Amino acid sequence: MTSKTTGQPSRSREKLIAKLLFACALLSIVTTVLIVGILAQEAWSFFSDVPIQRFITESEWTPLFEPQHWGIRSLVYGTLTVTIGAILFAVPLGLGSAVYLSEYAGHRTRSIVKPLLEILAGIPTIVYGYFALVIITPALKAFIPNLGVYNALSASIAVGIMITPMISSLSEDALLAVPKTLREGSYALGSTKLETTFHIVIPYAISGIVSSVVLAISRALGETMIVSIAAGATPRLSFNPLESVQTMTAYIVQVSMGDTPYGSVEYRSIFAVGIALFMFTLIMNLAAMFIKEKFKVSAKL
Amino acid sequence: MTTKREINRRHYAWRQYSNSIFRIVFFIAIVIALLTLAVLLLGIASKGLSALNWDFLTSYPSRFASKAGIKSALAGTFAFIIITAPLAFFIGVCTAIYLEEYAKKNWFTKLLEMNITNLAGIPSIVYGMLGLVLFVRGMYLGRSVLAGALTMTLLILPIIIVSSQEAIRSVPVSLRHASYALGGTLTQTVFRVVLPVAMPGILTGTILAVSRAIGETAPLLTIGALTYVAFLPTNPFSEFTVLPIQIFNWVSRPQAAFQDIAAAGIIVLLAILLLLNATAIILRDKYRKKSME
Repeated sequence: MTSKTTGQPSRSREKLIAKLLFACALLSIVTTVLIVGILAQEAWSFFSDVPIQRFITESEWTPLFEPQHWGIRSLVYGTLTVTIGAILFAVPLGLGSAVYLSEYAGHRTRSIVKPLLEILAGIPTIVYGYFALVIITPALKAFIPNLGVYNALSASIAVGIMITPMISSLSEDALLAVPKTLREGSYALGSTKLETTFHIVIPYAISGIVSSVVLAISRALGETMIVSIAAGATPRLSFNPLESVQTMTAYIVQVSMGDTPYGSVEYRSIFAVGIALFMFTLIMNLAAMFIKEKFKVSAKL
Repeated sequence: MTTKREINRRHYAWRQYSNSIFRIVFFIAIVIALLTLAVLLLGIASKGLSALNWDFLTSYPSRFASKAGIKSALAGTFAFIIITAPLAFFIGVCTAIYLEEYAKKNWFTKLLEMNITNLAGIPSIVYGMLGLVLFVRGMYLGRSVLAGALTMTLLILPIIIVSSQEAIRSVPVSLRHASYALGGTLTQTVFRVVLPVAMPGILTGTILAVSRAIGETAPLLTIGALTYVAFLPTNPFSEFTVLPIQIFNWVSRPQAAFQDIAAAGIIVLLAILLLLNATAIILRDKYRKKSME
């Protein structure tokens, strides 16, 4: 009997399918190679025109007008200002929510709050950008009269809100993974819920919690639309959150939107900035992965 | 003089007190997060609802806020999604199947997995730069729907792969064993037994990934999607704009009237995303019933 009549796929067809599936999986490797390759190639050609020393040591970033300066530190400071602000905002909120949901909340509260936090996580960043510019900034102006229309603070808060659900859901997963027996042991010794949370549950889940924060930092570093809309376009070598700043991502958007000719030094500079951004986030992502690996080991014990 | 007993009693009272205080502190964190959501939605509704009407949905953008609409942006969003969604679904599911069912446990598989996790964490704007050099310039696709769709496909692939892997992993081993016992080959088992059972989870993940693509702005800005488009995309090589880019364009203008139509655009965008998520839930339930039968 031939394979067709029994409906039994032939061995060669099995192999073909396996190969097709493998080819799809390979595409993800190709993507990474292309990202690194393209960024490196374009950045290399940029650095052949602008020496890398200028890129690192100059203190101003003025590529789009004369005299040109290429000190990326100004963009890095802007990025860090927004990221630090966002983390200061999101860590207490995210961890507080995670602890409440995993340790205190009843079934009903969880079933209401979790989907709402998921909505917050699903809102596009452009919406947060609008929120920062049109709602947060005017509200802050009531307290800080000399706040500019574009400032790092509003952007930080909006980015903070954006990453809060990420911290809360990943941290909650880590907290829920703590064995119940540990909590019961602690209660049996007479600890209160708070003492159990701080002395038993959080220390046990700490690597999961830290890795969620590190991932959130990576997200904040790469966030683009919120900062393009609300943080302004003024590269600055300072950490003042009340001023307009420019982040690395916002610079890339500015050049992409403008009429800088493709291939010019100014245009190629976005790839130099891009590779710096890529490095920052790569380090954060690898750190998060590494910390979580450790967590897996400790959970097995 | 306070007795030791008295000190113990006070200490106990303090412990109880701080316990109840912190319960409130943790709860406040949730309240703040949810209040922000409420303020965000109400703020957008109050600014945008007045500008939202049928003309807004069926007009092209305009220099005058009162005449501007999102017709071309809606069409552009739709156009790139009908390319991105099936493409990302196909490649993503195939990759997940490979990793879960076919791959041997060796260093290369581990590398693949780590690579996908890392791809999910790369900022979307970096994908935009990849798309610019690879698709727009390298393949001479220009600022076309196709270039945008391919860029977005690469961006959402990791999300689809990871959620599909989880869905496939949750299929009980006993089902696989039953298939093998009946003489099914690996391929038959995967495509006739495992996939149908995993499909609800896969679809949910795909729809969430597509929602992400619909809301993304940065990569399409980087590949040079236009901000002012007064025509509809007719083929994959047409130039186009999408809803988030149209909103960005309006938000960036100083006039209050444009801020309000930006809010109206946001309402439409959020409505589309809500609709998609509802579809995800309905699809999931339908499939779940089918696989139960």
